[in-house]
Order: sequence, then C-alpha cells, then structure tokens
Amino acid sequence: MAKKESTFLNMVVTLFLVTAAAAFTLATVYNLTAEPIAQAREAKRQFAISQVVPEFDNLESRKFLPPGGGDSLEFNFAYLNNELVGVAVNTWTNRGYSGRITAMVGFKPDGTIIDVFTLNHAETPGLGDKIEKGKSDWSNQYKGLNPAADNIRIRQDNGQIDAITAATITARAFSDAVQRAHDTFAEHVLSQIKTEGEPVL
Amino acid sequence: MKQWNNFTKGFIKDNPVFILLLGLCPALGVTTSAFNGFGMGLATTFVLLGSNIVVSIIKNVIPNKVRIPCFIVIIASFVTIVQLTMEAFLPDLFDSLGLFIPLIVVNCLVMGRAEAFASKQDIWSSIVDAMGMGLGFTLALTMLGGLREILGAYSIFGIQLIPA
Repeated sequence: MAKKESTFLNMVVTLFLVTAAAAFTLATVYNLTAEPIAQAREAKRQFAISQVVPEFDNLESRKFLPPGGGDSLEFNFAYLNNELVGVAVNTWTNRGYSGRITAMVGFKPDGTIIDVFTLNHAETPGLGDKIEKGKSDWSNQYKGLNPAADNIRIRQDNGQIDAITAATITARAFSDAVQRAHDTFAEHVLSQIKTEGEPVL
Repeated sequence: MKQWNNFTKGFIKDNPVFILLLGLCPALGVTTSAFNGFGMGLATTFVLLGSNIVVSIIKNVIPNKVRIPCFIVIIASFVTIVQLTMEAFLPDLFDSLGLFIPLIVVNCLVMGRAEAFASKQDIWSSIVDAMGMGLGFTLALTMLGGLREILGAYSIFGIQLIPA
C-alpha cells in the first residue's frame, strides 16, 4: 500500500480520526479507572488523617469556608472516649509552582499543629516534591508550632520556616495552605472552644 | 536472526541511555532507587510497545506532513492510559513515580523509535524493537538506580546491605 499523499483533505481527515480514536480510548480508560482511583485517594485521605491526629475512636466531618474566600475546607473532628483529641483539616493553596496543592493539617484543640501531610500536588519532581513526607523531613518543621503565636511563613517572608532550596515558591505555598487551615480553624472552631468549652457540631 | 538482532541491539549495541543518549531526563530524574528505575523502565516499555504497534499499523494511512502530530497524540494517549491505570491499581508506585509519568510523552526514546523504526518497518519487527529498546532502557535505569541506591542508602531494592 502506497503512502497517502499529503493533501489538505487527507491531513485533516487523518488528524481528525487519530484524535477522535485517542479521545474515545481515553474516555473508556477514564471510566474504567475512575472508581479505583477514587478508592485509592480515599485510602490516602484516611491514612493522612491517621498521620496528623492522635488515636481516635470516632470521626466527624464538617465543612467550613475559609475567611479569605475560596473553596470550603473539610474538618475531621477526631474523638477518643467522646473527648476531642484533634482536628484534621483538609486544606489547599493555589499558590503552588504548578497549580493547587492539597494537604492535611492536624491541630490539637488549642490550635497547636500536630503534624502536616501532603495529599496532592504537581510541583517539580526532585525539588518541590520535598513537601511530601516520604521524600524529605522538611514538613516536620511545622510540628508543635501554634500559628496564633508562631509565624509559620518562610524565612524569606520573615517567618520561622526554612524554605526548600530551589523550591521557595512551593514552600511559600505550603505555608499558605497551613495558614489557611489555621485561620479557618481559629474562626470556626477555636472561638467556640474558648466560649463554650466544646465546639458545637 | 534479524529479529534476534532487533531485540538484542537495545541492550548493549544501541542501548538507549548509554549509547543513543535518549531519554536522559527520566534516566537522571527517577533513578534514586533501583525499584523506581525499574518501574519507570517498565512504564516506558509499555508506552513504547503500544506506540510502536499502532504507528507501524497505521504508518501507510498517515500523510507524511502530519506524521509527527499523529505520533505525539498516539504516544500521549498511551502515557495517559499508563498514568490512570497506575494511579488506580498501583497507588504506591504512583506516589513515587506519578510526577514523572507525564514526562514519558516528551521522552525522545519513544518518539525516536516511532519515527526512526516503527514508521518504516512491519508490525512484528516493531514489537521486537520496542521490547528490546524498552528492556534495554529498563536495564540501564535499574543499573543507575541500583548504583545510586547503594551509594546513597547502602541498600538495593530496599534491602539493607550494611546494617545501619
């Protein structure tokens, strides 16, 4: 079979057919994998919660709007014997080097950070991905800080968090996400704990 | 014998990383451990196999002037399939390799074999070529990853060689 001539019609038809076939194939694969991917992400979310709050026997989820605007944050209140032991906040930032970063931040009822855990991001491999727990212990710096008293911005912004070499924007964005989690926590949860002893759910 | 040569040339004579110097971005980026290199090699092999098969089947119906865009669409489709499948069924591997998977699209090894081999050869030769090149690439990445893992963490495939 001879090779097709590069006429205008041939090229348009070929490109259309190739892209249409690709779109159809990808849509099929997407539908097949959507369910398992959702399960894998849910498992990761559960794992992240267990990493950032102490042991609990009851978990209640509620959503709050951050004071600065934008999507609501999911708060997971962890109880042990009916006592609030920690809150895992699923927070986000859009200031990442390549788009949105989502992370889980665990707070003690007084607002102290227990731990942080990166869920999803598209930062530069090898540089910005140091925000992940498995890649580097960078994120351990947030442990034990209370954003009400401590400045959790990076040092370049006069804070006390060491940025990541060659990934300052990523580190700044991560601090932004943690700050957003704390601001929302302070507005909706901390104020209630102070006045009523227990957050009203 | 010809097919045997097509297969073995990817390992030493035309090894993608050490001789052809193709696909160096993943070769440097992901080879922090032997297992990461191995996983990336197999992912690339799968993409290479798929794109070589499709390209060699439709090579005669693609007009010459738009062959590169067509190849890129085909390759990108296979990469996305790998990415979705890996995230769905191998979430642990996806955690360590996920960021690098989209880079396979611009891996010149895949593009190079589609352009230089599959678009001129029959389907059987293209399959053999993809397997040889892909496994040669996997071998190179695993060797590099193993070496870096030994030097960096005194371990290979996660097994400690010297007690810490």
